[in-house]
Amino acid sequence: MFDTHQTPLPALPGVGYKPQHYTALVDDPTPVGWLEIHAENYMGAGGRPIAQLRELSKRFPVSVHGVGLSIGGEARLDPDHLDRLRTLCNWLNPYSFSEHLAWSTHDSAFFNDLLPLPYTNATLARVCAHIDEVQTCLGRRMLLENPSSYLAFSDSTWDEPDFLREITRRTGCGLLLDVNNVFVSATNLGFSPRGYIDAFPLEAVGEIHLGGHDDDTDDQGAPLLIDSHGREVADPVWALLDHTLALAGPRPVLVEWDTDVPDWFVLRDEAARAADALAAIPDAQEMSVNRDSARLAR
Amino acid sequence: MTGLITEFLPALRDPAHPVPAGLHDGAGRPAGRRFNVYRNNVLVSLIEALETGFPAIRSLLGAQNFRNIARGYATENPPEGPLMIRYGQHFPDWVAAIVALAHIPYLPDVARLELALRASYHAADHTALTAEDLSAVSQDDVERTPLALAPSVHLMRSAWPVVEIRRFALDPSTAKPKGGAQEVAVIRPDFDPVAHALPAGGFAFMAALRDGQPLGQAADTATDAAPQFDLGEVLAFLLSHRALTKGTPRQ
Amino acid sequence: MSKTLKTAALLGAVATAVAAHGTAASAAEKEKCYGVSLAGENDCAAGPGTTCAGTSTVDYQGNAWTMVDAGTCTEIDLPGERMGSLEPLERDVPKS
Repeated sequence: MFDTHQTPLPALPGVGYKPQHYTALVDDPTPVGWLEIHAENYMGAGGRPIAQLRELSKRFPVSVHGVGLSIGGEARLDPDHLDRLRTLCNWLNPYSFSEHLAWSTHDSAFFNDLLPLPYTNATLARVCAHIDEVQTCLGRRMLLENPSSYLAFSDSTWDEPDFLREITRRTGCGLLLDVNNVFVSATNLGFSPRGYIDAFPLEAVGEIHLGGHDDDTDDQGAPLLIDSHGREVADPVWALLDHTLALAGPRPVLVEWDTDVPDWFVLRDEAARAADALAAIPDAQEMSVNRDSARLAR
Repeated sequence: MTGLITEFLPALRDPAHPVPAGLHDGAGRPAGRRFNVYRNNVLVSLIEALETGFPAIRSLLGAQNFRNIARGYATENPPEGPLMIRYGQHFPDWVAAIVALAHIPYLPDVARLELALRASYHAADHTALTAEDLSAVSQDDVERTPLALAPSVHLMRSAWPVVEIRRFALDPSTAKPKGGAQEVAVIRPDFDPVAHALPAGGFAFMAALRDGQPLGQAADTATDAAPQFDLGEVLAFLLSHRALTKGTPRQ
Repeated sequence: MSKTLKTAALLGAVATAVAAHGTAASAAEKEKCYGVSLAGENDCAAGPGTTCAGTSTVDYQGNAWTMVDAGTCTEIDLPGERMGSLEPLERDVPKS
């Protein structure tokens, strides 16, 4: 159905690319292992964005991350948007394409956020049909990212890790595990972040995301974390990354910083911290022990 | 069942709408203000998109006034698709309809200029016509020479000195704008679009080229529009700013 | 204008343009670097990009608003417009 023989992203730290970093990035003798771009920002006809991306793709492995496909939407996928994605993937030939377990579009209105979904059999069928359509259209396997959640649906009959596992089983897609999203959702909805990671289908994870979050509170005064991507990755999220890597082994790890974007070197330092986490992964034997104990713990 | 379209969406779009009942905090308590996170993410991201897209309007009105207007626009005009690089197409008309801003009549045109600059920035690349290309035209062919505008060129007319108003808005240390109506071309030599006020007949000449008129006819059109039109001056301007491409001969 | 005269005028204009272009420094030096914008005409022309992040800046409520006297428009004085303060006005944003 689709070609699964793409070159995978390297199991190195990468960063979300910001145009203001272009010069510092290409002049940096010790940059990062790979870059990720948002698909929708490179769907113009030409100009600097496309020229920069073309140039960067000669120097770095590039991953395309979509934010607007509305894979969980109740309506059919926007055929024009799928066409634009295919055009981008055809000329860029990225190492990876990923999107979100979320929805954002209804009729011709686009709600510029990743909106949540009830984890029901109906949602499962719809998301899988949409992923099939994307993978067929692009001729490649895609990765699906776990969301940051601020609330839950009473209708949900699946846990998120099981829901995602079932999606990978039905569609053959891979997963993008956002460890910060896990921490944000776990704090907001009151579950154990480590328990979530232990239950997650880590064998399907083709990429890991990290980002900063902000602190807020809900009506009860309970902590409500906001996935703002506007600061350093929080210490408990680094610890959760260590836990994840110990179980999963090396994976490509991306640092996202999308608001209040700092100087290149601040972002690169965050990526360096991810490199440290990758370097500190226990050896293979220890890993398998950890994996077994995690399995026993469930 | 909590319908995404029937329940979630109306509540998302209207803060006065009750939060759908089937949403909770993970422990069974009603979602309450947790739902506001989504309302807020949508609206604030759109307001910030407009701030990024219309920096001169923001400067002219002040940050808080702009935010108020942008909030109204974003509420009524969600993006028509997921390409935020295109968001705000109706913003000039929205600004024009605000009674409280009627005494600043140039605002809509400055917003249109900002949209034109953005469209130009993302437009297709082109291979510019060079002086060598032009000097190779033979005497017999000169009148019928087809010339085209680069796809990143945008033309607009304004009753106001919009180029200077925008420049002043973005850099108030520069001279205050003066003068009146302007014909403007946004031209992108390579990657950076620049807004230029055009000399007499320049707009008519470029518009004629855009309509497919060959050099001789376009020059006549421009001279009819403005007797003082100077073809040499305008051609030199367009060449040096890489605004022209080879046209397709008319059948 | 006769055909010959017109051709001569056109050729003259073309020659002028080519000469001006050849001698004067190009008004738009080609940007060799993809990353650097011309001074003053920077990437604000890029416009908004996308985000996959939320925000903790709260601004989703209310559409009644008051104009406050601010902004560079108060310094602009052009014939046909009324310079000076923004008109204080409390009203709903007009529906499109």
